[in-house]
Amino acid sequence: MNRGPMKMPAFAALVATALLLGGQAVAQDKSIVVASTTSTQDSGLFGYLLPIVEQKLGITVKVLAQGTGQALDTARRGDADVVWVHARSAEEKFLAEGWGVKRYPVMYNDFVLIGPKGDPAGIKGTDIVAALQAIKAGTAGFVSRGDRSGTHIAELALWKEAGVDIGHDRGPWYKEIGQGMGAALNIASATNAYVLSDRATWLAFKNRRDLAILVEGDKRLFNQYGVMLVNPARHPTVKKDLGQQFIDWLISPDGQRAISGYTIDGRQLFYPNANDPDA
Amino acid sequence: MSDFFDALDTAARLIARLDPELRDIIVLSLAVSLTASVCAFLIGAPLGTALAVYRFRGRGALIVIANALLGLPPVVVGLAVYLLLSRSGPLGSLGILFTPTAMIIAQAMLGAPIVVALVHRMMVDVWAAYGDALLVDGASRLRAMAPIMSIGREALLTAFLAAFGRAIAEVGAIIIVGGNIRGYTRTMTTAIALETSKGDLSFALALGIILVILSMIVSASTLLVGRSLTIR
Repeated sequence: MNRGPMKMPAFAALVATALLLGGQAVAQDKSIVVASTTSTQDSGLFGYLLPIVEQKLGITVKVLAQGTGQALDTARRGDADVVWVHARSAEEKFLAEGWGVKRYPVMYNDFVLIGPKGDPAGIKGTDIVAALQAIKAGTAGFVSRGDRSGTHIAELALWKEAGVDIGHDRGPWYKEIGQGMGAALNIASATNAYVLSDRATWLAFKNRRDLAILVEGDKRLFNQYGVMLVNPARHPTVKKDLGQQFIDWLISPDGQRAISGYTIDGRQLFYPNANDPDA
Repeated sequence: MSDFFDALDTAARLIARLDPELRDIIVLSLAVSLTASVCAFLIGAPLGTALAVYRFRGRGALIVIANALLGLPPVVVGLAVYLLLSRSGPLGSLGILFTPTAMIIAQAMLGAPIVVALVHRMMVDVWAAYGDALLVDGASRLRAMAPIMSIGREALLTAFLAAFGRAIAEVGAIIIVGGNIRGYTRTMTTAIALETSKGDLSFALALGIILVILSMIVSASTLLVGRSLTIR
C-alpha cells in the first residue's frame, strides 16, 4: 500500500496530538467544569480569579462562558460540576427541580443602561422605568440579548416594571439578537442603539465608540450572582468534592477578599456578599 | 482603515513576542485540525476511491449524499456531536465533551464528506485512464485501488488540504463541543470569536492574520512535501 505523500503529516499530527492530549490529561487531573455567564468571563474576572484558585486549592477550573439560561441547561444535562450565574428566579427554579444542591450568594454588581452620548430619547439621569418608557416611545433602537441570559431575564423584568408588554409592544426598534453581552454592545455601538449591560462587561468592553452610561444607580438595577453545585444524585459523574471545595473557597473570607480585589483602571467590578442571607 | 493597521501592528508584535498563551492556542489549533483532517482523510480517501472503482447499486446515491454533505453547517455538526457526547446523551459515559477529542470528532465529520467527494471526482478520471489496463492485468478491483491511489496521489493531497482548510477555519462546531475553555479547548478561531465579543476588534483581527499565515504555512509545506515525494 503506498499512500505516498500522506504519511509524514499524518504521523506528525498524531504524535503532536498524543503528546498534547497526554500532557493535558495529567495536568487536568484535579479539574472541574464551571458553567458560567459571559459577564464573568468577558469582564476578565475569571482570568484574574482562576490562577488564584489553582494556586490555593490546586484545582483547575474549566469555564464555559454561556449565559445563565444555557449554563443551567448545560448543568441539567450533567455536563458541568458547578454553575455560577446571575438570575435568581432561574436559579431557584433549577433548585426546585432538583438539579442543584444548594444556592450560595457570592457577589453582586449592577446593570447599567447604555446608549449613544447624543441620547435621542432624552433618558440621561432619569430612573430606569422612565428611561425604558421613553425609549419605547422614541425612534432610537434598543438591543436585547434575547438569549435567556441573566441580563436578558433582568431586562424583561424591567420592561414589565415599566408597564411595557414587550411581547405585544415590540416593533422594529426592538432588536433581539440572541447573542452574548459583548455582541450586544458591538451592535449597539455600530447602530447607536440603547442596551442594558452588566457594569463589569461594560467596563472591560473596548469598542465603545459613541456609547456611554446614561442610567445607573437605580436599586432595581441590582445584579446578584449565585453559585450552586450540580446535584450528584441526578448526575453521579459530578465532581462533588472538588466542586464543593471551590464553592466553599469562593464564599470564604479569603475568596471574598480575592473577588473584591479585582479592578479595572482602579474601579472594583464585583462586590462580595456571601454573608447576606437574603441575596 | 486605522483598525486594519492596528491589527497588523498587533499581529507583528504578538508574533515577535510569542506569548506562551498564544503559542498554546496555536499548537492546539494545529493539533486538533491536523488530526481531524488526517482522520477525515483515512476514512474518506479509500471510500472516495472505492466509489470511483466499484460499480454497485446505491453508488449513485452515496455520491449524491457525499456531495450534498459538502454544505454541512458546522453549527449543526457541533450540536449533533454535543448531544451525542453530553452526559445525558448516548455516548455520555465517555466523558469527552468539552475536550480536544470532541473537537477532533466534530471537525473530522466536517472534513470526511469533502475528502470523499473530491477524491471520488478526481479518481473517476484516473480510473477511466488506467482501470481497464489494471483489470486486464488480472488485478481485482480491491487490488487495483492501491495503484490507483498512488497514481492519483496529488489529487489525494488536494483533498487532504481541502479538509484541513475547512477544519482550521471552522468555529461553529468546536465552540459548541469544546466550550472555548481557556488553556484547554481555546483555539485560534474561538479566541477570535471571544475577542470580538469583548469589543477588542483589532486584537481579534490580529489573531485572524496569524491564523491565515499559519494556514498558508501548513498548506505550502504539505504541498512541498507532496511534490518531493512525487518527483522521487
